[in-house]
Amino acid sequence: MEQMYRAFLIKYGEIGLKGKNRGYFEDCLVKQVRHVLAPLGEYHVAKEQGRVFVECPEGYDYEDTVKAISKVFGIVGFSPVVILESTEWDDITKKVGDYVDALYEDKTFTFKCFAKRGNKDYFKTSPEICADLGEALLNRFPGISVDVHNPQESIFVEVRNRTYIYSKTIPGPGGMPVGSNGKAMLLLSGGIDSPVAGYMISKRGVYIDATYFHSPPYTSERAKQKVIDLARIISAYTGPIHLNVVNFTDIQMYIYETCPHEELTILMRRYMMRIAEAIALEKDCLALITGESIGQVASQTMQSLACTNAVCTLPVMRPLIGFDKQEIVAISEKIESYETSILPYEDCCTLYVADHPVTKPRIRDMEKSEELLKEKIDDMVKTAIETREILRIVPE
Amino acid sequence: MECYFDNAATTQVFDGAISVMEKVMREDYGNPSSRHQKGYVAEQYVTGAKKTIAKALKCKDSEIILTSGGTESNNLALIGIAEANKRAGKHIISTGIEHASVYNPLIFLEEQGYEVTFLGTDAYGRVRVEELKAAIRPDTILVSIMMINNEVGAVEPIEELAKIVHGTNPKTIFFVDAIQGFMKLPIFPGRIGVDALSVSGHKIHGPKGSGFLYLRDKVKIRPEILGGGQQKGMRSGTENVPAIAGLSAAIEEYSKNFSANTEHLYQLKQAFIEGLLSMEEVVVHALPLEECEGDLSKAVRKTAPHVVSVGFTGIKAEVFLHALEERGIYVSSGSACSSNHPAISGTLESIQVRKDLLDSTLRFSFCEQNTLEQVEYALEQIREMLPIYRKIRKY
Repeated sequence: MEQMYRAFLIKYGEIGLKGKNRGYFEDCLVKQVRHVLAPLGEYHVAKEQGRVFVECPEGYDYEDTVKAISKVFGIVGFSPVVILESTEWDDITKKVGDYVDALYEDKTFTFKCFAKRGNKDYFKTSPEICADLGEALLNRFPGISVDVHNPQESIFVEVRNRTYIYSKTIPGPGGMPVGSNGKAMLLLSGGIDSPVAGYMISKRGVYIDATYFHSPPYTSERAKQKVIDLARIISAYTGPIHLNVVNFTDIQMYIYETCPHEELTILMRRYMMRIAEAIALEKDCLALITGESIGQVASQTMQSLACTNAVCTLPVMRPLIGFDKQEIVAISEKIESYETSILPYEDCCTLYVADHPVTKPRIRDMEKSEELLKEKIDDMVKTAIETREILRIVPE
Repeated sequence: MECYFDNAATTQVFDGAISVMEKVMREDYGNPSSRHQKGYVAEQYVTGAKKTIAKALKCKDSEIILTSGGTESNNLALIGIAEANKRAGKHIISTGIEHASVYNPLIFLEEQGYEVTFLGTDAYGRVRVEELKAAIRPDTILVSIMMINNEVGAVEPIEELAKIVHGTNPKTIFFVDAIQGFMKLPIFPGRIGVDALSVSGHKIHGPKGSGFLYLRDKVKIRPEILGGGQQKGMRSGTENVPAIAGLSAAIEEYSKNFSANTEHLYQLKQAFIEGLLSMEEVVVHALPLEECEGDLSKAVRKTAPHVVSVGFTGIKAEVFLHALEERGIYVSSGSACSSNHPAISGTLESIQVRKDLLDSTLRFSFCEQNTLEQVEYALEQIREMLPIYRKIRKY
């Protein structure tokens, strides 16, 4: 059945509403479809008449292709298309009949035909195509009937230099095509939340870069690899991600040795935000993204969020702020990052966490503690930014 | 300087083994069961390997079953012997310090209705002879005790234990997991009353996916892998000829310098421990110093030549492992236990290691290619690192 499909017709939603920007948004969509299909083979992706058309190479894998296209933001739905090389009327009626025969096991539904002509010299008009095709189908399958107002199935036929037949629509993820709304910097850890946060902001058309804080030997190579793997998983949705791996060990140790231990996590996070913001500005990102949700851990109480937020001037987007853990896990499972997120490698926080970290930190106390660091911290931050490793992550 | 001190995990494959494996894969790639010349040539590697192994164990080549490695050998021995002998009884004896590839098959057998007694050990990881004697019953069909413990390097008194087993119940079968022991200390199973013995190839410079089970003639066993009836039906499946040839080559090469290698390992181990004991708050586990009136050389020689298990007070094992790695020193954590892995090592518990050291213990394991310079370098690094990583002492 699936072997008969040669192409996909992609329909998009909100882009259509965006007036003069429409062309730009469509280009973003085409680019993103090409990005997700590139690892699968030589697909031909083109924009035509308010839609995007994907023609598949010989021997392509239907399931893999559907899965890849389902990850492109901006798509509301897409239809697998049968292509008939001929435009002869007898060929068309036969092919559409065969298509219906193969696709619908139970032939007792109501239907309506829709037709379009690319070639206005074609010997039938669109309404004639619909009517004659409907009649041919009714003759071939006595159990089906026409309902022009509420058909259960809509069968589309487009006659151009070839004939295109489709009826089934696979839902897309919605949202806006990536790249249509600028770029933001995701603070990516190895946990469950941050990949989901990146996914959600990306869904609104935002390009993502990421920063990961690595603390060898307190975090292992495997922990870093896990973050790379997570970035790779979400890059199937977000497009290529530049992952900035910042060595945070010295800063972490310095804070640990200098400041009160119960403030450690908040102080660390304040420096993480500062470093992420500096890289973000350098890379023309317009915002930071974190996976924080109110009250989930000590560093995500309202007071803690205020303390970490205070060091940034860029907007900090927290798409999970009102989510429960279960809701986050559900999205994480849907986007297939969950299995990787729960791999058991130490992350840098666990070793340093105090038994009773502060849950209601005050900004002025944090600033006072940071005074203690002033001798070395600026140089350390500068070094951390300068020596960072930058990896370009694309889907496998 | 690179120091690979994780040879109890796996070893570098000998050049000789690599070249014979390449030859088998490129030229002598026949199936040993094929009747033509190519099959005959391949079969020669298999029969040759059995002869080499038999020579090393001083046994008959018909007593060797080639397997995919230590885990398969252990599974075959435990489940195969238990199932073939269950009419004589369903009681099995083992220890609390066995490797997972022995422990988990035993747990499986418990679920199948067998009864398993797990013996404790003394503070140095050795089974107490009297305890074993007392545990043996008329329905005891199998005793399974390892030769050398993989985590702390305890050497079990196999010969003595064999005498006790057969003296108490002549029908009981005595199986020894020799995966860490083979080619480290001499063992000739047929001569000392060991009925079955498992070996892995990649611990002795052979390839991964190679190994064997020694099974004394007339010991009943049920095959676990069924198929084309290779190896007299005891282990079906086309023989892994390249791996078998590699294993054979490794044994031959290692055997040439067997006793010199063992002595070299003991010297490395002694030098390493001497250095460690001069550091503060460093504990070497399973080292019977008191028994030897403080004579380190004597104490070391009561343990395995290649394994040193060390507790570093106040340092999390995994952190120290990665820190050592940054300096080119590759080791294992003695136990996989942290907030993420709640499993505590049975061996470290059995030898009553201090609770705070369970999560601070590393295993260093040498091979004969390691040098005194490497040991000195590692000691120097450790001495330098201890104060750095003791700054964070919270757990």
